[in-house]
Amino acid sequence: MTILEVKGLGISFGGLRAVNDVSFSVKPGEIVSVIGPNGAGKTTLFNMISGVYLPSDGEAKLDGEDVTAQAPHLLAAKGLTRTFQNLQIFQEMTVLENVVAGFHLSERPSIWADLFSLPSARRRSAEVRDKAFAFLEKVRLTNAAEEEAGNLSYGALKRLEIARALAVGPRVLLLDEPAAGCNAVETEEIDDLIATLAQSGIAILLVEHDMKMVMRISNHIVVLDHGEKIAEGTPEAVSKNPDVIAAYLGTEEEEPAHALG
Amino acid sequence: MTGKSKWIQLAVLAIIMLVLPFFFPSGYYYRVGALIFVNALSVVGLVILIGYAGQISLGHAGFAGIGAYSCALAPVHLGLHPALAVLLGAGISGVLALLIGRPILRLKGYYLAVATLGFGILVSMILSNERGLTGGPDGISVPGLGLRPLLRDMGLRLSGGEFWYIVNAVVLLVSIWIALNLYQSATGRAMRALHGSETAAKTVGIDVARFKLQAFVLSAVYASVAGSLLALQNGFITPDVAGFMHSVEMVTMAVLGGVGSVLGATFGAAILTLLPQILTVFADYEQLVLGFVMILVMIFLPLGLLPSIAARVRWRGV
Repeated sequence: MTILEVKGLGISFGGLRAVNDVSFSVKPGEIVSVIGPNGAGKTTLFNMISGVYLPSDGEAKLDGEDVTAQAPHLLAAKGLTRTFQNLQIFQEMTVLENVVAGFHLSERPSIWADLFSLPSARRRSAEVRDKAFAFLEKVRLTNAAEEEAGNLSYGALKRLEIARALAVGPRVLLLDEPAAGCNAVETEEIDDLIATLAQSGIAILLVEHDMKMVMRISNHIVVLDHGEKIAEGTPEAVSKNPDVIAAYLGTEEEEPAHALG
Repeated sequence: MTGKSKWIQLAVLAIIMLVLPFFFPSGYYYRVGALIFVNALSVVGLVILIGYAGQISLGHAGFAGIGAYSCALAPVHLGLHPALAVLLGAGISGVLALLIGRPILRLKGYYLAVATLGFGILVSMILSNERGLTGGPDGISVPGLGLRPLLRDMGLRLSGGEFWYIVNAVVLLVSIWIALNLYQSATGRAMRALHGSETAAKTVGIDVARFKLQAFVLSAVYASVAGSLLALQNGFITPDVAGFMHSVEMVTMAVLGGVGSVLGATFGAAILTLLPQILTVFADYEQLVLGFVMILVMIFLPLGLLPSIAARVRWRGV
Protein backbone atom coordinates (compact mmCIF):
# COMPACT_ATOMS: atom_id res chain seq x y z
CA MET A 1 0.00 0.00 0.00
CA THR A 2 2.98 2.31 0.60
CA ILE A 3 3.92 4.36 -2.45
CA LEU A 4 6.91 6.30 -1.11
CA GLU A 5 9.24 4.69 1.39
CA VAL A 6 12.27 6.46 2.81
CA LYS A 7 14.74 4.29 4.72
CA GLY A 8 17.72 5.55 6.71
CA LEU A 9 18.29 8.53 4.43
CA GLY A 10 21.30 10.68 5.34
CA ILE A 11 23.66 13.23 3.81
CA SER A 12 26.81 15.07 4.84
CA PHE A 13 28.12 18.33 3.42
CA GLY A 14 31.83 18.32 4.14
CA GLY A 15 31.97 17.54 7.83
CA LEU A 16 28.41 18.64 8.51
CA ARG A 17 25.80 15.94 8.94
CA ALA A 18 22.74 17.71 7.54
CA VAL A 19 20.32 14.79 7.65
CA ASN A 20 20.86 11.53 9.50
CA ASP A 21 19.00 8.21 9.33
CA VAL A 22 15.52 9.47 8.49
CA SER A 23 12.84 6.89 7.71
CA PHE A 24 9.11 7.17 7.05
CA SER A 25 6.56 6.17 4.45
CA VAL A 26 3.64 7.72 2.58
CA LYS A 27 0.51 5.96 1.30
CA PRO A 28 -1.57 7.04 -1.70
CA GLY A 29 -4.06 9.70 -0.70
CA GLU A 30 -2.18 10.45 2.49
CA ILE A 31 -0.82 13.85 3.52
CA VAL A 32 2.44 13.53 5.41
CA SER A 33 4.06 16.71 6.74
CA VAL A 34 7.68 17.19 7.64
CA ILE A 35 8.11 19.85 10.30
CA GLY A 36 10.96 21.13 12.40
CA PRO A 37 12.77 24.34 13.32
CA ASN A 38 14.71 26.32 10.69
CA GLY A 39 17.78 24.41 9.56
CA ALA A 40 16.37 21.06 10.72
CA GLY A 41 17.05 19.55 7.29
CA LYS A 42 13.54 19.51 5.81
CA THR A 43 14.42 20.99 2.43
CA THR A 44 17.60 18.90 2.31
CA LEU A 45 15.45 15.81 2.85
CA PHE A 46 13.19 16.94 -0.01
CA ASN A 47 16.19 17.50 -2.25
CA MET A 48 17.39 13.97 -1.61
CA ILE A 49 14.03 12.35 -2.25
CA SER A 50 13.52 14.36 -5.46
CA GLY A 51 16.98 13.53 -6.82
CA VAL A 52 18.46 17.03 -6.52
CA TYR A 53 21.03 15.90 -3.90
CA LEU A 54 22.83 12.58 -3.82
CA PRO A 55 22.23 10.97 -0.40
CA SER A 56 25.28 9.57 1.41
CA ASP A 57 23.28 6.72 2.95
CA GLY A 58 19.89 5.11 2.87
CA GLU A 59 17.39 4.62 0.11
CA ALA A 60 14.16 5.96 -1.31
CA LYS A 61 11.64 3.54 -2.81
CA LEU A 62 8.87 4.57 -5.15
CA ASP A 63 6.16 1.92 -5.43
CA GLY A 64 8.66 -0.72 -4.25
CA GLU A 65 11.36 0.28 -6.74
CA ASP A 66 14.65 1.66 -5.48
CA VAL A 67 14.90 5.18 -6.96
CA THR A 68 17.64 6.56 -4.72
CA ALA A 69 19.63 9.32 -6.43
CA GLN A 70 17.83 8.98 -9.73
CA ALA A 71 17.81 12.11 -11.88
CA PRO A 72 14.80 14.36 -11.22
CA HIS A 73 13.49 14.05 -14.77
CA LEU A 74 13.45 10.23 -14.47
CA LEU A 75 11.62 10.50 -11.15
CA ALA A 76 9.07 12.76 -12.80
CA ALA A 77 8.50 10.07 -15.42
CA LYS A 78 7.86 7.61 -12.59
CA GLY A 79 5.31 9.91 -11.01
CA LEU A 80 7.26 11.90 -8.42
CA THR A 81 7.48 15.66 -8.74
CA ARG A 82 7.79 18.68 -6.47
CA THR A 83 7.48 22.41 -5.94
CA PHE A 84 10.15 24.66 -4.46
CA GLN A 85 10.43 26.82 -1.39
CA ASN A 86 12.09 29.56 -3.43
CA LEU A 87 9.93 29.60 -6.54
CA GLN A 88 11.20 27.95 -9.70
CA ILE A 89 9.03 29.44 -12.42
CA PHE A 90 9.74 29.79 -16.12
CA GLN A 91 9.64 33.58 -15.76
CA GLU A 92 9.74 34.54 -19.41
CA MET A 93 7.06 32.11 -20.52
CA THR A 94 3.35 32.82 -20.21
CA VAL A 95 1.36 31.43 -17.31
CA LEU A 96 -0.33 28.99 -19.67
CA GLU A 97 2.98 27.88 -21.15
CA ASN A 98 4.30 27.17 -17.66
CA VAL A 99 1.51 24.67 -17.11
CA VAL A 100 1.77 23.32 -20.64
CA ALA A 101 5.45 22.64 -19.93
CA GLY A 102 4.24 20.43 -17.10
CA PHE A 103 2.69 18.14 -19.71
CA HIS A 104 6.10 17.57 -21.29
CA LEU A 105 6.12 13.85 -20.51
CA SER A 106 2.66 13.04 -21.78
CA GLU A 107 3.26 15.20 -24.85
CA ARG A 108 6.41 13.24 -25.79
CA PRO A 109 7.81 15.79 -28.22
CA SER A 110 9.32 14.59 -31.46
CA ILE A 111 11.90 16.98 -32.87
CA TRP A 112 11.02 16.31 -36.53
CA ALA A 113 7.30 16.76 -36.07
CA ASP A 114 8.01 19.95 -34.14
CA LEU A 115 10.44 21.47 -36.64
CA PHE A 116 8.04 21.07 -39.52
CA SER A 117 4.91 21.69 -37.47
CA LEU A 118 3.40 18.40 -38.62
CA PRO A 119 -0.31 17.87 -37.92
CA SER A 120 0.52 15.31 -35.21
CA ALA A 121 2.53 17.91 -33.27
CA ARG A 122 -0.13 20.60 -33.74
CA ARG A 123 -2.90 18.28 -32.57
CA ARG A 124 -0.99 17.30 -29.44
CA SER A 125 -0.22 20.95 -28.70
CA ALA A 126 -3.90 21.87 -28.92
CA GLU A 127 -4.92 18.98 -26.66
CA VAL A 128 -2.35 19.92 -24.07
CA ARG A 129 -3.46 23.57 -24.13
CA ASP A 130 -7.00 22.54 -23.24
CA LYS A 131 -5.80 20.31 -20.43
CA ALA A 132 -3.53 23.06 -19.11
CA PHE A 133 -6.48 25.45 -18.99
CA ALA A 134 -8.33 22.99 -16.79
CA PHE A 135 -5.47 23.04 -14.29
CA LEU A 136 -5.29 26.84 -14.40
CA GLU A 137 -8.96 26.85 -13.48
CA LYS A 138 -8.21 24.65 -10.49
CA VAL A 139 -5.78 27.26 -9.15
CA ARG A 140 -7.91 30.18 -10.37
CA LEU A 141 -5.38 31.63 -12.79
CA THR A 142 -7.30 31.42 -16.07
CA ASN A 143 -7.51 35.21 -16.27
CA ALA A 144 -3.74 35.50 -16.28
CA ALA A 145 -3.21 32.68 -18.80
CA GLU A 146 -1.55 34.80 -21.49
CA GLU A 147 0.41 37.00 -19.12
CA GLU A 148 4.15 36.63 -18.70
CA ALA A 149 4.64 34.56 -15.56
CA GLY A 150 7.23 36.99 -14.16
CA ASN A 151 4.50 39.62 -13.72
CA LEU A 152 2.40 37.57 -11.30
CA SER A 153 2.18 38.14 -7.56
CA TYR A 154 4.00 35.82 -5.19
CA GLY A 155 0.88 34.00 -4.07
CA ALA A 156 -0.24 33.48 -7.66
CA LEU A 157 3.17 32.08 -8.58
CA LYS A 158 2.92 29.61 -5.70
CA ARG A 159 -0.37 28.37 -7.14
CA LEU A 160 1.06 28.32 -10.64
CA GLU A 161 3.88 26.09 -9.45
CA ILE A 162 1.34 23.66 -8.01
CA ALA A 163 -0.66 23.67 -11.25
CA ARG A 164 2.51 22.91 -13.21
CA ALA A 165 3.38 20.06 -10.85
CA LEU A 166 -0.13 18.64 -11.25
CA ALA A 167 0.25 18.69 -15.02
CA VAL A 168 3.04 16.15 -14.61
CA GLY A 169 0.38 13.74 -13.36
CA PRO A 170 2.16 12.82 -10.14
CA ARG A 171 1.45 9.88 -7.85
CA VAL A 172 3.69 11.46 -5.23
CA LEU A 173 3.81 15.24 -4.86
CA LEU A 174 6.40 17.02 -2.72
CA LEU A 175 5.29 20.51 -1.70
CA ASP A 176 7.99 22.69 -0.15
CA GLU A 177 6.26 25.45 1.83
CA PRO A 178 3.36 25.99 -0.58
CA ALA A 179 1.78 28.62 1.68
CA ALA A 180 4.91 30.58 2.53
CA GLY A 181 4.36 34.29 1.92
CA CYS A 182 0.66 33.84 1.24
CA ASN A 183 -2.05 35.69 3.15
CA ALA A 184 -4.73 33.93 5.21
CA VAL A 185 -7.19 33.64 2.34
CA GLU A 186 -4.59 32.30 -0.07
CA THR A 187 -3.36 29.86 2.55
CA GLU A 188 -6.84 28.50 3.01
CA GLU A 189 -7.22 28.08 -0.75
CA ILE A 190 -3.99 26.14 -0.97
CA ASP A 191 -5.14 24.16 2.02
CA ASP A 192 -8.34 23.11 0.27
CA LEU A 193 -6.47 22.37 -2.92
CA ILE A 194 -4.04 20.03 -1.17
CA ALA A 195 -6.90 18.22 0.55
CA THR A 196 -8.67 17.74 -2.80
CA LEU A 197 -5.49 16.40 -4.37
CA ALA A 198 -5.04 13.89 -1.58
CA GLN A 199 -8.64 12.78 -1.97
CA SER A 200 -7.94 12.08 -5.63
CA GLY A 201 -5.30 9.57 -4.51
CA ILE A 202 -2.08 11.56 -4.79
CA ALA A 203 0.38 10.94 -1.97
CA ILE A 204 1.47 14.29 -0.59
CA LEU A 205 4.64 15.07 1.28
CA LEU A 206 4.55 18.56 2.71
CA VAL A 207 7.04 20.92 4.30
CA GLU A 208 5.23 23.84 5.88
CA HIS A 209 5.81 26.40 8.61
CA ASP A 210 2.18 27.32 9.03
CA MET A 211 1.39 25.04 11.97
CA LYS A 212 -2.35 25.65 11.84
CA MET A 213 -2.38 24.36 8.30
CA VAL A 214 -0.13 21.40 9.10
CA MET A 215 -2.25 20.32 12.06
CA ARG A 216 -5.46 20.68 10.10
CA ILE A 217 -4.65 18.77 6.96
CA SER A 218 -1.92 16.24 7.80
CA ASN A 219 -2.66 12.56 8.35
CA HIS A 220 0.81 11.98 9.66
CA ILE A 221 3.64 14.23 10.81
CA VAL A 222 7.38 13.62 10.82
CA VAL A 223 9.40 15.95 13.07
CA LEU A 224 13.04 16.73 12.30
CA ASP A 225 15.55 18.50 14.50
CA HIS A 226 19.24 18.90 13.69
CA GLY A 227 18.80 16.48 10.81
CA GLU A 228 17.37 13.68 12.95
CA LYS A 229 13.84 12.40 13.17
CA ILE A 230 12.81 13.10 16.75
CA ALA A 231 9.16 12.11 16.51
CA GLU A 232 6.38 11.01 14.19
CA GLY A 233 2.70 10.28 14.47
CA THR A 234 -0.71 11.88 14.15
CA PRO A 235 -0.94 15.67 14.52
CA GLU A 236 -2.40 15.23 17.97
CA ALA A 237 0.30 12.88 19.23
CA VAL A 238 3.09 15.01 17.78
CA SER A 239 1.79 18.24 19.27
CA LYS A 240 1.88 16.69 22.74
CA ASN A 241 5.30 15.11 22.33
CA PRO A 242 7.72 16.68 24.85
CA ASP A 243 10.73 16.25 22.51
CA VAL A 244 8.93 18.21 19.81
CA ILE A 245 8.02 20.98 22.21
CA ALA A 246 11.59 21.16 23.43
CA ALA A 247 12.92 21.32 19.85
CA TYR A 248 10.67 24.23 19.00
CA LEU A 249 11.16 26.21 22.18
CA GLY A 250 14.66 25.24 23.17
CA THR A 251 13.56 24.18 26.68
CA GLU A 252 10.44 22.88 28.39
CA GLU A 253 7.60 25.38 28.32
CA GLU A 254 4.26 25.46 30.00
CA GLU A 255 2.35 26.60 26.93
CA PRO A 256 3.19 24.14 24.19
CA ALA A 257 -0.12 24.62 22.44
CA HIS A 258 0.87 28.18 21.66
CA ALA A 259 4.06 27.16 19.90
CA LEU A 260 2.25 24.69 17.72
CA GLY A 261 -0.60 27.00 16.93
CA MET B 1 3.12 33.61 -29.93
CA THR B 2 0.20 32.17 -31.82
CA GLY B 3 0.16 30.31 -35.12
CA LYS B 4 -1.23 33.40 -36.79
CA SER B 5 1.63 35.65 -35.76
CA LYS B 6 4.07 33.14 -37.25
CA TRP B 7 2.58 33.65 -40.71
CA ILE B 8 2.40 37.41 -40.24
CA GLN B 9 6.10 37.55 -39.40
CA LEU B 10 6.97 35.41 -42.40
CA ALA B 11 4.74 37.46 -44.70
CA VAL B 12 6.24 40.76 -43.54
CA LEU B 13 9.73 39.45 -44.14
CA ALA B 14 8.85 38.03 -47.56
CA ILE B 15 7.31 41.33 -48.62
CA ILE B 16 10.39 43.26 -47.51
CA MET B 17 12.56 40.84 -49.48
CA LEU B 18 10.41 41.33 -52.58
CA VAL B 19 10.12 45.11 -52.39
CA LEU B 20 13.69 45.93 -51.43
CA PRO B 21 15.25 45.32 -54.90
CA PHE B 22 13.11 48.13 -56.37
CA PHE B 23 15.15 50.58 -54.30
CA PHE B 24 18.55 49.16 -55.20
CA PRO B 25 20.66 51.88 -56.89
CA SER B 26 22.83 49.22 -58.53
CA GLY B 27 23.18 45.47 -59.04
CA TYR B 28 25.82 45.44 -56.33
CA TYR B 29 23.14 45.65 -53.67
CA TYR B 30 21.83 42.21 -54.59
CA ARG B 31 25.19 40.97 -53.34
CA VAL B 32 24.80 42.89 -50.09
CA GLY B 33 21.26 41.54 -49.66
CA ALA B 34 22.44 37.98 -50.28
CA LEU B 35 25.15 38.46 -47.66
CA ILE B 36 22.61 39.79 -45.16
CA PHE B 37 20.45 36.70 -45.67
CA VAL B 38 23.40 34.33 -45.19
CA ASN B 39 24.41 36.10 -41.98
CA ALA B 40 20.81 36.09 -40.81
CA LEU B 41 20.66 32.34 -41.41
CA SER B 42 23.47 31.56 -38.98
CA VAL B 43 22.10 34.12 -36.52
CA VAL B 44 18.66 32.45 -36.56
CA GLY B 45 20.48 29.24 -35.59
CA LEU B 46 22.06 31.10 -32.68
CA VAL B 47 18.64 32.37 -31.61
CA ILE B 48 17.65 28.72 -31.13
CA LEU B 49 20.78 28.05 -29.08
CA ILE B 50 21.06 31.33 -27.13
CA GLY B 51 17.55 32.75 -27.21
CA TYR B 52 15.53 29.57 -26.78
CA ALA B 53 17.82 27.23 -24.84
CA GLY B 54 19.95 29.86 -23.08
CA GLN B 55 23.30 28.31 -24.02
CA ILE B 56 26.22 30.29 -25.42
CA SER B 57 28.64 29.47 -28.21
CA LEU B 58 31.67 31.44 -29.31
CA GLY B 59 32.71 28.78 -31.81
CA HIS B 60 29.87 28.53 -34.28
CA ALA B 61 32.02 29.89 -37.08
CA GLY B 62 33.72 26.49 -36.85
CA PHE B 63 30.54 24.91 -38.22
CA ALA B 64 30.30 27.61 -40.90
CA GLY B 65 33.84 26.65 -41.85
CA ILE B 66 32.90 22.99 -42.13
CA GLY B 67 29.94 23.89 -44.35
CA ALA B 68 32.06 26.18 -46.51
CA TYR B 69 34.96 23.77 -47.02
CA SER B 70 32.58 20.86 -47.70
CA CYS B 71 31.41 22.81 -50.74
CA ALA B 72 35.01 23.52 -51.75
CA LEU B 73 36.37 20.01 -51.26
CA ALA B 74 33.58 17.43 -51.71
CA PRO B 75 32.88 18.25 -55.40
CA VAL B 76 36.61 18.02 -56.23
CA HIS B 77 37.64 15.03 -54.13
CA LEU B 78 34.43 13.01 -53.90
CA GLY B 79 32.85 14.06 -57.16
CA LEU B 80 29.79 15.21 -55.25
CA HIS B 81 27.39 17.79 -56.72
CA PRO B 82 27.82 21.11 -54.84
CA ALA B 83 24.19 21.02 -53.71
CA LEU B 84 24.79 17.63 -52.12
CA ALA B 85 28.00 19.00 -50.61
CA VAL B 86 25.83 21.48 -48.68
CA LEU B 87 23.94 18.54 -47.19
CA LEU B 88 27.16 16.65 -46.52
CA GLY B 89 28.57 19.67 -44.67
CA ALA B 90 25.35 20.02 -42.67
CA GLY B 91 25.52 16.31 -41.83
CA ILE B 92 29.15 16.49 -40.70
CA SER B 93 28.44 19.61 -38.63
CA GLY B 94 25.39 17.99 -37.05
CA VAL B 95 27.24 14.81 -36.10
CA LEU B 96 30.22 16.76 -34.82
CA ALA B 97 27.94 19.00 -32.76
CA LEU B 98 26.32 15.87 -31.34
CA LEU B 99 29.69 14.41 -30.36
CA ILE B 100 31.26 17.53 -28.82
CA GLY B 101 27.96 18.89 -27.46
CA ARG B 102 27.43 15.94 -25.16
CA PRO B 103 30.49 16.64 -22.98
CA ILE B 104 30.72 20.44 -23.27
CA LEU B 105 27.04 21.30 -22.72
CA ARG B 106 27.49 20.10 -19.14
CA LEU B 107 29.42 23.32 -18.69
CA LYS B 108 27.61 26.52 -17.86
CA GLY B 109 28.04 30.19 -18.68
CA TYR B 110 31.57 31.34 -19.44
CA TYR B 111 32.99 27.81 -19.13
CA LEU B 112 30.78 26.81 -22.04
CA ALA B 113 31.82 29.96 -23.90
CA VAL B 114 35.48 29.05 -23.55
CA ALA B 115 34.93 25.41 -24.55
CA THR B 116 33.07 26.38 -27.73
CA LEU B 117 35.70 29.03 -28.39
CA GLY B 118 38.29 26.26 -28.31
CA PHE B 119 36.33 24.22 -30.81
CA GLY B 120 36.06 27.14 -33.25
CA ILE B 121 39.78 27.89 -33.03
CA LEU B 122 40.57 24.22 -33.58
CA VAL B 123 38.57 24.12 -36.81
CA SER B 124 40.09 27.33 -38.18
CA MET B 125 43.60 26.08 -37.31
CA ILE B 126 43.02 22.80 -39.14
CA LEU B 127 41.73 24.70 -42.17
CA SER B 128 44.79 26.98 -42.11
CA ASN B 129 47.38 24.28 -41.53
CA GLU B 130 46.24 21.45 -43.80
CA ARG B 131 47.58 23.27 -46.85
CA GLY B 132 47.65 20.13 -48.99
CA LEU B 133 43.89 19.77 -48.71
CA THR B 134 42.52 23.22 -47.94
CA GLY B 135 45.04 25.52 -49.60
CA GLY B 136 45.92 27.02 -46.23
CA PRO B 137 45.42 30.67 -45.26
CA ASP B 138 45.31 31.74 -48.91
CA GLY B 139 42.00 30.01 -49.35
CA ILE B 140 40.58 27.77 -52.02
CA SER B 141 38.19 28.18 -54.92
CA VAL B 142 34.70 26.73 -54.74
CA PRO B 143 33.02 25.10 -57.75
CA GLY B 144 29.79 26.72 -58.89
CA LEU B 145 26.35 25.34 -58.21
CA GLY B 146 25.67 25.00 -61.94
CA LEU B 147 22.09 26.10 -61.52
CA ARG B 148 22.43 29.51 -63.15
CA PRO B 149 23.53 28.16 -66.58
CA LEU B 150 20.64 25.73 -66.33
CA LEU B 151 18.21 28.61 -65.75
CA ARG B 152 19.77 30.53 -68.61
CA ASP B 153 19.06 27.62 -70.93
CA MET B 154 15.48 27.78 -69.77
CA GLY B 155 15.39 31.43 -70.79
CA LEU B 156 15.81 32.98 -67.31
CA ARG B 157 18.81 35.31 -67.23
CA LEU B 158 19.92 36.21 -63.73
CA SER B 159 23.07 37.97 -62.59
CA GLY B 160 25.09 36.26 -59.86
CA GLY B 161 23.83 38.80 -57.33
CA GLU B 162 20.20 38.35 -58.31
CA PHE B 163 20.48 34.57 -58.27
CA TRP B 164 21.98 34.40 -54.77
CA TYR B 165 19.59 37.07 -53.48
CA ILE B 166 16.70 34.77 -54.42
CA VAL B 167 18.27 31.49 -53.28
CA ASN B 168 19.36 32.88 -49.91
CA ALA B 169 16.03 34.63 -49.36
CA VAL B 170 14.17 31.36 -49.89
CA VAL B 171 16.55 29.36 -47.66
CA LEU B 172 16.28 32.05 -44.96
CA LEU B 173 12.48 32.10 -45.09
CA VAL B 174 12.32 28.32 -44.77
CA SER B 175 14.78 28.32 -41.89
CA ILE B 176 12.85 31.06 -40.10
CA TRP B 177 9.65 29.10 -40.62
CA ILE B 178 11.35 26.10 -38.96
CA ALA B 179 12.66 28.21 -36.08
CA LEU B 180 9.19 29.71 -35.48
CA ASN B 181 7.59 26.24 -35.61
CA LEU B 182 10.09 25.13 -33.02
CA TYR B 183 9.33 28.09 -30.75
CA GLN B 184 5.68 27.10 -30.37
CA SER B 185 6.28 23.37 -30.20
CA ALA B 186 6.78 21.06 -27.26
CA THR B 187 10.48 20.76 -28.09
CA GLY B 188 10.95 24.54 -28.22
CA ARG B 189 9.00 24.91 -25.02
CA ALA B 190 11.29 22.41 -23.31
CA MET B 191 14.30 24.45 -24.50
CA ARG B 192 12.81 27.71 -23.23
CA ALA B 193 11.83 26.01 -19.96
CA LEU B 194 15.37 24.84 -19.23
CA HIS B 195 16.54 28.35 -20.11
CA GLY B 196 14.18 29.71 -17.43
CA SER B 197 15.03 27.19 -14.71
CA GLU B 198 16.92 23.96 -15.21
CA THR B 199 15.82 22.79 -11.78
CA ALA B 200 12.15 23.25 -12.55
CA ALA B 201 12.53 21.82 -16.04
CA LYS B 202 13.87 18.58 -14.56
CA THR B 203 10.96 18.26 -12.14
CA VAL B 204 8.46 18.28 -15.00
CA GLY B 205 10.41 15.49 -16.66
CA ILE B 206 12.48 17.47 -19.17
CA ASP B 207 15.73 15.71 -20.02
CA VAL B 208 17.79 18.90 -19.87
CA ALA B 209 20.92 17.44 -21.49
CA ARG B 210 18.92 16.11 -24.44
CA PHE B 211 17.25 19.40 -25.29
CA LYS B 212 20.43 21.44 -24.90
CA LEU B 213 22.05 19.03 -27.32
CA GLN B 214 19.19 19.32 -29.82
CA ALA B 215 19.48 23.12 -29.77
CA PHE B 216 23.25 22.88 -30.22
CA VAL B 217 23.02 20.47 -33.17
CA LEU B 218 20.29 22.53 -34.86
CA SER B 219 22.25 25.76 -34.55
CA ALA B 220 25.35 23.99 -35.89
CA VAL B 221 23.42 22.86 -38.97
CA TYR B 222 22.15 26.41 -39.52
CA ALA B 223 25.71 27.80 -39.31
CA SER B 224 26.98 25.08 -41.62
CA VAL B 225 24.39 25.76 -44.33
CA ALA B 226 25.14 29.49 -44.05
CA GLY B 227 28.85 28.75 -44.51
CA SER B 228 28.11 26.60 -47.55
CA LEU B 229 25.98 29.29 -49.19
CA LEU B 230 28.64 31.90 -48.50
CA ALA B 231 31.29 29.70 -50.15
CA LEU B 232 29.10 28.96 -53.16
CA GLN B 233 28.15 32.56 -53.83
CA ASN B 234 31.69 33.89 -53.42
CA GLY B 235 33.26 31.05 -55.40
CA PHE B 236 36.20 31.33 -53.05
CA ILE B 237 36.74 30.73 -49.34
CA THR B 238 39.46 31.35 -46.75
CA PRO B 239 39.83 29.96 -43.20
CA ASP B 240 38.56 33.33 -41.90
CA VAL B 241 35.04 31.94 -42.33
CA ALA B 242 35.77 29.66 -39.35
CA GLY B 243 37.71 32.30 -37.43
CA PHE B 244 37.05 33.66 -33.98
CA MET B 245 36.03 37.06 -35.32
CA HIS B 246 33.29 35.47 -37.40
CA SER B 247 31.93 33.65 -34.30
CA VAL B 248 31.92 36.90 -32.35
CA GLU B 249 30.23 38.66 -35.25
CA MET B 250 27.42 36.08 -35.26
CA VAL B 251 26.78 36.41 -31.52
CA THR B 252 26.94 40.21 -31.77
CA MET B 253 24.36 40.25 -34.56
CA ALA B 254 22.06 38.02 -32.52
CA VAL B 255 22.39 40.05 -29.33
CA LEU B 256 22.20 43.43 -31.07
CA GLY B 257 19.01 42.53 -32.93
CA GLY B 258 17.41 40.76 -29.98
CA VAL B 259 18.36 37.20 -29.26
CA GLY B 260 14.92 36.25 -27.99
CA SER B 261 13.27 36.85 -31.34
CA VAL B 262 13.95 35.35 -34.74
CA LEU B 263 12.93 38.50 -36.58
CA GLY B 264 15.00 40.66 -34.26
CA ALA B 265 18.07 38.57 -34.97
CA THR B 266 17.48 38.93 -38.70
CA PHE B 267 17.29 42.67 -38.17
CA GLY B 268 20.57 42.57 -36.23
CA ALA B 269 22.22 40.67 -39.07
CA ALA B 270 20.99 43.29 -41.53
CA ILE B 271 22.28 46.22 -39.47
CA LEU B 272 25.70 44.74 -38.79
CA THR B 273 26.14 43.69 -42.41
CA LEU B 274 25.07 47.10 -43.71
CA LEU B 275 26.86 49.35 -41.22
CA PRO B 276 30.38 48.54 -42.44
CA GLN B 277 29.19 49.20 -46.02
CA ILE B 278 27.79 52.58 -45.03
CA LEU B 279 30.71 53.41 -42.76
CA THR B 280 33.26 52.97 -45.53
CA VAL B 281 32.86 56.74 -45.87
CA PHE B 282 34.51 57.10 -42.50
CA ALA B 283 37.11 54.52 -43.48
CA ASP B 284 39.51 54.79 -40.54
CA TYR B 285 36.79 55.22 -37.96
CA GLU B 286 34.58 52.34 -39.09
CA GLN B 287 35.47 49.96 -36.22
CA LEU B 288 35.22 52.81 -33.74
CA VAL B 289 31.71 53.79 -34.79
CA LEU B 290 30.62 50.15 -34.86
CA GLY B 291 31.85 49.55 -31.34
CA PHE B 292 30.24 52.75 -30.11
CA VAL B 293 26.86 51.83 -31.65
CA MET B 294 27.01 48.42 -29.97
CA ILE B 295 27.81 49.87 -26.56
CA LEU B 296 24.91 52.33 -26.88
CA VAL B 297 22.48 49.58 -27.86
CA MET B 298 23.48 47.36 -24.96
CA ILE B 299 23.11 50.22 -22.48
CA PHE B 300 19.85 51.68 -23.72
CA LEU B 301 18.17 48.74 -25.46
CA PRO B 302 19.38 45.68 -23.54
CA LEU B 303 16.76 43.39 -25.09
CA GLY B 304 18.18 44.14 -28.52
CA LEU B 305 17.04 46.61 -31.16
CA LEU B 306 13.82 45.10 -32.44
CA PRO B 307 12.28 43.79 -29.18
CA SER B 308 13.09 47.07 -27.40
CA ILE B 309 11.50 49.15 -30.14
CA ALA B 310 8.48 46.85 -30.21
CA ALA B 311 8.07 47.11 -26.43
CA ARG B 312 8.25 50.90 -26.60
CA VAL B 313 5.66 51.07 -29.34
CA ARG B 314 3.32 48.84 -27.32
CA TRP B 315 3.93 50.93 -24.22
CA ARG B 316 2.76 54.05 -25.98
CA GLY B 317 -0.34 52.17 -26.99
CA VAL B 318 0.30 52.53 -30.71
